[in-house]
Amino acid sequence: MDSDALARLMQEALPGVHLESAPSRDLQTTFYIQREDVPAVMRAMRDRPELRFSVLAEVTAVDFWPREPRFEVIYILVSLEHRWRVRLKVRLAGDSANVSTVSEVWPSANWLEREVWDLFGIAFDGHPDPRRLLMPEDWEGFPLRKDYPVQIAKKPQVTEPMQVTAEEFRANLEKDRLARK
Amino acid sequence: MGLEAEIPVLTTSVEKMVQWARRSSIWPVTFGLACCAIEMMAMSCGRYDIARFGAEVFRGSPRQSDLMIVAGRLSRKMAPALRRIYDQMPEPKWVISMGACASIGGVFDNYALVQGVDQVVPVDVYVPGCPPRPESLIYGIVQLQRKIALQKLT
Repeated sequence: MDSDALARLMQEALPGVHLESAPSRDLQTTFYIQREDVPAVMRAMRDRPELRFSVLAEVTAVDFWPREPRFEVIYILVSLEHRWRVRLKVRLAGDSANVSTVSEVWPSANWLEREVWDLFGIAFDGHPDPRRLLMPEDWEGFPLRKDYPVQIAKKPQVTEPMQVTAEEFRANLEKDRLARK
Repeated sequence: MGLEAEIPVLTTSVEKMVQWARRSSIWPVTFGLACCAIEMMAMSCGRYDIARFGAEVFRGSPRQSDLMIVAGRLSRKMAPALRRIYDQMPEPKWVISMGACASIGGVFDNYALVQGVDQVVPVDVYVPGCPPRPESLIYGIVQLQRKIALQKLT
């Protein structure tokens, strides 16, 4: 199936949604979609029998700083039934870098979106667990943004070893012994 | 050590004997972080055979170890774990920083990696190389043995 045919199918399934076909170097079918349309488009892409994109292969992002709109979030979907792959992109401005989560549609989006949040600072509205994934949880800044100072020298954080006095050690042993009885 | 004329006995000082015992049986804790760990494994296997120098018993537990070979780049997120394992090792303990990344950060001059593990643990021997060949690491261990042989009991 070529990309025009898939575009027609998608447009029939999603009337009123603006699909903007985009050229791609690797000849992968690519569309830009609007940020507001993300939940409806994703649900239709998974559920409509003529599409059935049951697998979310990847969620990632690109930072085009200093260009505006600055970010693009990229979803790669796979239809196992029809053997198609499609790439959907969403443009996001730097001062409103947030998009609706798709983790209710594909549970695998949970960690992928956490990674994008961790490294690009793009918020996913309605995400069930919006924590950092790779960086330490108290990290400041988002390392894959183009304006991030990559060669910063921060002191590594280590915790102090726990010091126990002899009395405390004996008390702990006694407590342990009583707990085992 | 001197051999007495008649009886089969060796005499020495306690200090010399303790130094000899410590340096002859260094037990490293397994702490392979990256590609340097492959060279470390090669060093402990048949071809290079670190058992010749009495340091072949890699331990899975820090409680049984004397030496920590930091083999590879240390990320900031890993630094507390490294320090914790070091703290769990009983005294006396030594650290070898293996390779360019562990010693000064290597090619990774960025936010994610600790620029030298000496910011986290005290290092006794630095082994240069990217990664060092097993011979280099063996040389580092031999240097550490010489260092242990000179450590006074206080």
